[in-house]
Amino acid sequence: MLLNDALVISAILFTLGVAGVLLRRNAIVIFMCVELMLNAVNLTFVALAQTIGVGGQVFVFFVMAVAAAEAAVGLAIILAVYRHKQSVSLQNMNLLKDG
Amino acid sequence: MTHTVFVIFGGIAIVSALLCITRRSPVASALWLVVTLFALAAMFVLLDAQFIAALQVLVYAGAIMVLFLFVIMLLNLGRPGPTDIKGPLGLGVAVALAGAMLFLLRPLGQAALPTSIQLPPGSVAALQQQRGIVGAVANPLFDAYLIPFEIASVLLLAAIVGAVVLAKRKL
Repeated sequence: MLLNDALVISAILFTLGVAGVLLRRNAIVIFMCVELMLNAVNLTFVALAQTIGVGGQVFVFFVMAVAAAEAAVGLAIILAVYRHKQSVSLQNMNLLKDG
Repeated sequence: MTHTVFVIFGGIAIVSALLCITRRSPVASALWLVVTLFALAAMFVLLDAQFIAALQVLVYAGAIMVLFLFVIMLLNLGRPGPTDIKGPLGLGVAVALAGAMLFLLRPLGQAALPTSIQLPPGSVAALQQQRGIVGAVANPLFDAYLIPFEIASVLLLAAIVGAVVLAKRKL
């Protein structure tokens, strides 16, 4: 049974994704860390699909569709922000901070 | 044998994910993430999900990561510049929170599913023998999950329109 190994690897990958989001300032790299978290969850779905039934694989299909849509819109937002601020660093996105 | 191969690919995925979050250049991060995605595709094959593994390579490693690299190169962020990794305080917070999270997720290593929801071993492989590797996923997709499938197509259309509207200078 690969289930427990898959769950452990998935937990570690998800944690690395969270650490990356907390560690980086570049918006594109943070976005890639979010993709890493989505993939860690996909691994859990596929591992459980082997034991519980093929519905988990169908769900991974939907996660991929949503991730593709999210990547397209998110990168378009990053492009628009770059055009506005000449930077993708989250340090420079402090509009709500200056009061 | 399968177990050893699975653990090797898991190790590759974890090491390249670690490199992905620590490389300074966004291009290097993206390429290490591609390695992670390929290792995950190999693990999907070992977990009897060959169709999902093919989708992973085509959609994730093929399309989404190319989009990322395209944006990085379009914005000319590939050259080595000042690091965007946070200082010692940010590093400490990230490591502490990630460690706490890993500590909370540690029971997954011994988790056992209740036997009432488990299928007999090898039943997914048997279903794939019977319906084909694509058919085993496509059958529920166009039957029980038909409405979510159609909603996903509307979502993708909205994403296409939204991306064009956001990224275009002037409509």
